[in-house]
Amino acid sequence: MLPLAALLWEAKKTGKEGFWQAISNPDAVAALKLTFGAALAVVLINSVLGTVTAWVLVRDDFRGKSLVNSVIDLPFALPTIVAGLTLLALYGPNSVVGVHLAFTRTAIVLALCFVTLPFVIRTVQPVLLELDVEMEEAARSLGAGQLTVFRKIVLPNILPGILSGSVLALARALGEIGSLVLIAGATVHTTVASIYVFQLIQDGDSAGAAAVAMVLLAAAFFVLLAVGALRFYVTRHERA
Amino acid sequence: MPRRLALRGVALLYLLVILLAPLGMVFYRTFQHGLEPVWQTLSDPLTVHAFEITLIAAAVAVPLNTVFGVLCALAIVRRRFRGKGLLNAFIDLPLAVSPVVVGLALYLLYGRTGWFGPWLGAHGIQVLFALPAIVLATIFVSVPFVAREVIPTLRELGNEQEQAAATLGATRWQRFWRITLPSIRWAVIYGVILTTARCLGEYGAVAVVSGRIEGKTETATTRVDDLVQNFQTSGAYAISVVLAAIAIGVLVLMMLTKPKEAV
Repeated sequence: MLPLAALLWEAKKTGKEGFWQAISNPDAVAALKLTFGAALAVVLINSVLGTVTAWVLVRDDFRGKSLVNSVIDLPFALPTIVAGLTLLALYGPNSVVGVHLAFTRTAIVLALCFVTLPFVIRTVQPVLLELDVEMEEAARSLGAGQLTVFRKIVLPNILPGILSGSVLALARALGEIGSLVLIAGATVHTTVASIYVFQLIQDGDSAGAAAVAMVLLAAAFFVLLAVGALRFYVTRHERA
Repeated sequence: MPRRLALRGVALLYLLVILLAPLGMVFYRTFQHGLEPVWQTLSDPLTVHAFEITLIAAAVAVPLNTVFGVLCALAIVRRRFRGKGLLNAFIDLPLAVSPVVVGLALYLLYGRTGWFGPWLGAHGIQVLFALPAIVLATIFVSVPFVAREVIPTLRELGNEQEQAAATLGATRWQRFWRITLPSIRWAVIYGVILTTARCLGEYGAVAVVSGRIEGKTETATTRVDDLVQNFQTSGAYAISVVLAAIAIGVLVLMMLTKPKEAV
């Protein structure tokens, strides 16, 4: 806890004016904008594809499914720098598939998709497992089409799962650095907030770094609050 | 039926593009010239030293966070005290906060102008850009895992067995060792595995506070970065493969220790 207090202290020491100056610096604004934009895009991608993957893992059946299921956790276990290097190996300058994404914003989205992959899948999967297939069958027997069944029955049930997974993924995406240093780097167009903070520290501008870090910290607090509120909302029936 | 196949295709393709193909590529690039060069780069003293630093940090952080995690879980589930909700929320903080922010916080605390910096400097203790800072950063980022795994298990367990033991005259210590610990054993093991994985793979926080001095304070992960920046990619691939192999080992262990009901 103490380290975070020191961070607050450093940010406070510079005063309101210095804080705003550090935050409204064009580089800082660009980095923060990019970070939030990329994180939101990634969360959208992974909430859709994560839900699809979770559905496939629960309802579908094919050879090697359990293997696929265990592979999902790989981004949690793999060091982030290794994740970045793997993406660089395939989508970097010496790509065998002819895709060269290094130091582009697409690469940022790709890397963030990689590291946040498990969140939505792992929060939706247990809910889908518990969900009664009979409900869906009943709806279908009453003439509901596939889409209606999904929209009216499946989605409302798994929505809290999707949301809490997305929120966790968002937090992770906002603060990610390891997987980005190699494939996105610190070019003018690809410096995300965490890399920007890192650069400021290296340049000895700890006040500026602390100011931008405060924004990231505030976002993290907000995310934790959102998760707490969501948990509270979802369990309201059990508590009542 | 075709819709089901389409969904399966989408899911598997996504996993392939984003996860499996890149990982396979690293393994291919590492071993494309055979085993000999891989072994050579791995036995480079600087690389060996980097792995040693990583292992030392993990060896300190894992036991510490295991004990702390179990104690926190016990306190959160079994006790009522003021600020319990706060503790519960704060345990998750390292998961939500950027590792760079963690690194910066430690930097500000132990740096030359930080709160503890001057005192430590006067007593000749170097924390920043030395092993202690690496260990501290590693501890910080791997705090939540054991507690997160143990809390739900402890909730489900209830405390009836412990109460029964207490009425039969078991001391608090006996109850913990004979009843609570065996019941939460798998959750603890699972948490320890996750903690270890995180400790070995930490990059952001360590990159800020370690100073990344080759052969001194470089960890395995920061060495990967440095080697890539210096265009020594084969060395970076070799270290990455070792780290990836550890990660895959972690996954296998997780599969073996996970209770069966989850898929």
